[in-house]
Amino acid sequence: MTTTDPSASFGGKPLKGQDPRVRPALVEGENESFATVTEAVAKVSEVPVPSTNKAWIVGFAISLSLLGMLGLLLVHLITTGVGVWGNNNPVYWGWPIVNFVFWVGIGHAGTLISAVLFLTRQNWRTGVNRAAEAMTIFAVVCAGMFPGVHIGRVWVAYWLFPLPNQMEMWPNFRSPLLWDVFAVSTYASVSLLFWYMGMIPDLATLRDRAVNTPRKIAYGIAALGWSGSSRHWHRYERAYLLLAALATPLVLSVHSVVSFDFAVSQVPGWHTTIFPPYFVAGAIFSGFAMVLTLMVPARQFFGLKHIITMNHIDVMCRILMATGMLVGYAYAIEFFIAWYGGVQYETFAFVNRAFGNYWWAYWIMVSCNVIFPQIFWSKKLRRNLWVVMLVSITTNIGMWFERFVITVTSLSRDFVPSSWGYFSPTWVDMCMFLGSFGLFFTLFLLFLRFLPTVAIAEVKTVMPQAHAHGHDSHGSSDSHAPSGAPIGGGSAAPASKQDA
Amino acid sequence: MSDQNQNSSEIHGVVGYYSDVDGIMNASRKIRDAGYKKWDAYTPFPVHGIDEAMGTKPTILPWIVLGMGLTGLCVGLGLQWFTNAYDYKFLISGKPTWSLPANIPVTFEVIILFSAYTAFFGMLALNKLPHLSNPLHKLERFKRVTDDKFAICVESKDPNFDLARVSKLLGVGSEHVETCPIDTTKAALPIWFHGVAAILTCASFIPLALAFKGRFATSEKPQYHVWPDMDFQRKRKTQTAWEGFPDGRAMRLPVAGTVATGELRDDFELYHGVAQGTAVPASVRYDAALFGSAAGADRPEWLAGFPAAVVVDEPFLERGRARYGIYCAVCHGNQGNGVGAVALRAENLDAAKWGWVPPKALHSDNAKAYSNGELFHIASNGISTMAGYSAQVPAKDRWAIVAYIRAIQATQALDPSAAPQDVEFQPVPTIDSVRVSDSGADGE
Ligand code: HEC
Repeated sequence: MTTTDPSASFGGKPLKGQDPRVRPALVEGENESFATVTEAVAKVSEVPVPSTNKAWIVGFAISLSLLGMLGLLLVHLITTGVGVWGNNNPVYWGWPIVNFVFWVGIGHAGTLISAVLFLTRQNWRTGVNRAAEAMTIFAVVCAGMFPGVHIGRVWVAYWLFPLPNQMEMWPNFRSPLLWDVFAVSTYASVSLLFWYMGMIPDLATLRDRAVNTPRKIAYGIAALGWSGSSRHWHRYERAYLLLAALATPLVLSVHSVVSFDFAVSQVPGWHTTIFPPYFVAGAIFSGFAMVLTLMVPARQFFGLKHIITMNHIDVMCRILMATGMLVGYAYAIEFFIAWYGGVQYETFAFVNRAFGNYWWAYWIMVSCNVIFPQIFWSKKLRRNLWVVMLVSITTNIGMWFERFVITVTSLSRDFVPSSWGYFSPTWVDMCMFLGSFGLFFTLFLLFLRFLPTVAIAEVKTVMPQAHAHGHDSHGSSDSHAPSGAPIGGGSAAPASKQDA
Repeated sequence: MSDQNQNSSEIHGVVGYYSDVDGIMNASRKIRDAGYKKWDAYTPFPVHGIDEAMGTKPTILPWIVLGMGLTGLCVGLGLQWFTNAYDYKFLISGKPTWSLPANIPVTFEVIILFSAYTAFFGMLALNKLPHLSNPLHKLERFKRVTDDKFAICVESKDPNFDLARVSKLLGVGSEHVETCPIDTTKAALPIWFHGVAAILTCASFIPLALAFKGRFATSEKPQYHVWPDMDFQRKRKTQTAWEGFPDGRAMRLPVAGTVATGELRDDFELYHGVAQGTAVPASVRYDAALFGSAAGADRPEWLAGFPAAVVVDEPFLERGRARYGIYCAVCHGNQGNGVGAVALRAENLDAAKWGWVPPKALHSDNAKAYSNGELFHIASNGISTMAGYSAQVPAKDRWAIVAYIRAIQATQALDPSAAPQDVEFQPVPTIDSVRVSDSGADGE
């Protein structure tokens, strides 16, 4: 078996204190070389159009029709008015806001995998980060759509931004809703940069392999003339590190700000300080669930099983379970504080959540988010792809219900019993939510088909061949360190254990 | 090394290819040690340690990003301060207009936005990207560099460049060495690409042109309503015609005999100044001759006292003083002597020659002789050339004014001999006395 010390790094300083134990290879397979990695990833997008994978075509056809439905519904909504939704007094934040928080949450895993795991030197991320980043961007697109149309008169959506206008008014910067505008739009554009920047070298690879003119032009322009120059790589890695360092607090801030939309209000069940960390944990949780839901079939259909390995799936399942328990802890603490705080409205809000008229939503949430992921304690189940798919999907469902429970139960039972009501969605609500999946999967399938789905250059850096053996060099003597010993910082990364 | 006999001025540089990381590391060190400056190593991924092998200096990018991050801090704070604490103050529950904690989230996002964009675009700028026409991309073999090969190119621009020497240096451990010719080919984009680009460029001007036309052209037609908002609704507006009702009006008339709130006026004393149940005087401006004894048999039964609906006490008089000061004093003067600001001005302009009738003094015997009801009627409907004030002053306030006029009559323009002489005595000015004293300020 090819084993490698995963201390190789992409963009960083020499690594100190790496786990000295031998870890499984990040790229599996006996005779993997740089060329085979390139080939495996690039050929996915190089298949001639007529011989595209059947599963892709079917999936794309379904997604595109759902997207078309979404488009028609948007026209219906905008020409008729928001009354086509079930939103009404007292639940003005119905499904559109639930869907917004749901999609924004999913959009967190991408940047988390790219940035946080990058900074913490989790090299296994290279296999999945590109797809996760793409997922982030497409999820944020879906997320942005909902509040965008929820404002009602979409043609004055620019009032959200501080633009000079004939009314000589400015938006209120002390409203969490405006923080949200800044957080989500910053997040969307920074994620896009991060994703695109990571793709530039791989687009150059596709450009250099392109045989027909449209591909040459498209990838040629998109790759910006990347030549693989080491002087360029030097600045590139620095910029990548900076972006990762910037994106990490950003990703945490975004869902915190989303939670402020709720927590800064007075509504019982929302007005709690636990909301920011609780929302962030939920976002990571749902994001990883979505990554799994997407990656398990994708690696299957596109023959990327040796790059997105079972170990990746295994690690993500463990993260899923860990964040699931974080979320479960938050649910418990909410109840504890409601009782301990002694505020009758809070106490009522939580008792009502679990046993009121939305009890079914609450218990769907608890079972999907807290109970089901517990099965990942078993390694066997973590490696059973059917189980993984099932649990990742139930997690997505559970996380949608979490947002539903928070938004709708609190609003439908606020301080004044005379304004209590029961929220029922309309067919437009449901079809628009379904349509947002059409939007998401259309974009994602296009990405899978035409862009480098795996960070080719990054995967190469974690292969054993990527490191100098330093036979006649003066800068890499550490690579002669005894086998199995913890390897200290050296300017050149150590070679594989076997070679050493 | 087939094409080595080229002239060094016609070539871009010499390229050596290596099949693994060791090869390129060793070659890089050799080139670095040989003192070349204009050269670069090309690799499919960032090779660890090659910066040292090439002698690359650390980039200044982090400092640029730091600078822009700090700029973001200032811009973020400045934007919020300008918009919410300076230009358009938000007053919310008496909270301070400028409070940092609430401004942290947006400031933070702006910092990140600025720094991230700088990191990305700064990287591109320092790398001089996009750079689409690189002669190296013309080399068939160089295409493998983004796949699995490693290359070094020493450019002919380097002052130490010597074809033979460079080729020899690069040759050690290399797979292949070739020269890279200067790119002399013309842009080889397909014809349709130019066509599409031209059409798109032209099309992109259309919105701008339309906007310009809309800005500078005039038109008879109403403005095009892009967004209807709620401007057009299926309803009839007031004072418009509509064939839906037999009378052709969109509005309905009130039912016959309808009295609007507060308009019933069944308290004759309060609203008409006459005894309850007697004949109501017409609400018109009477001639002076119709008041007093000259009125004859049709004389209404004017109220002598005050209506039961008002209580004459100090606040009531105070109210009357204020209303009088607002509505009457401009003509009749604060002291009721007929020397208000308007009267003074008219006097100085010699307005009488245009038919100006000066306001009368209210403490004259004539005025004293009016009953309260008559004074009320004058305040309400006017007298001779004076207009009435019922539209401006509510009934109770007019009664308050009447009470105040009585106070004026009781206190002003009394017989000087009856006044206690130890007090510094000032006679009430008359229009003549005022004119004499103001003679210098003509027309003021
Ligand atoms: C625009 C100037 C003007 C204002 C304001 C004005 N008056 Fe007069 N008032 C006159 C004039 C002029 C006359 C004399 C009318 C005439 O005899 O033709 C007059 C006459 C009178 C008389 C009759 C005096 C008399 O001896 O016959 C009374 C009483 C009177 N005003 C009361 C009022 C009261 C009460 C107000 C405030 C509500 C008022 N006036 C406001 C101009 C004014």
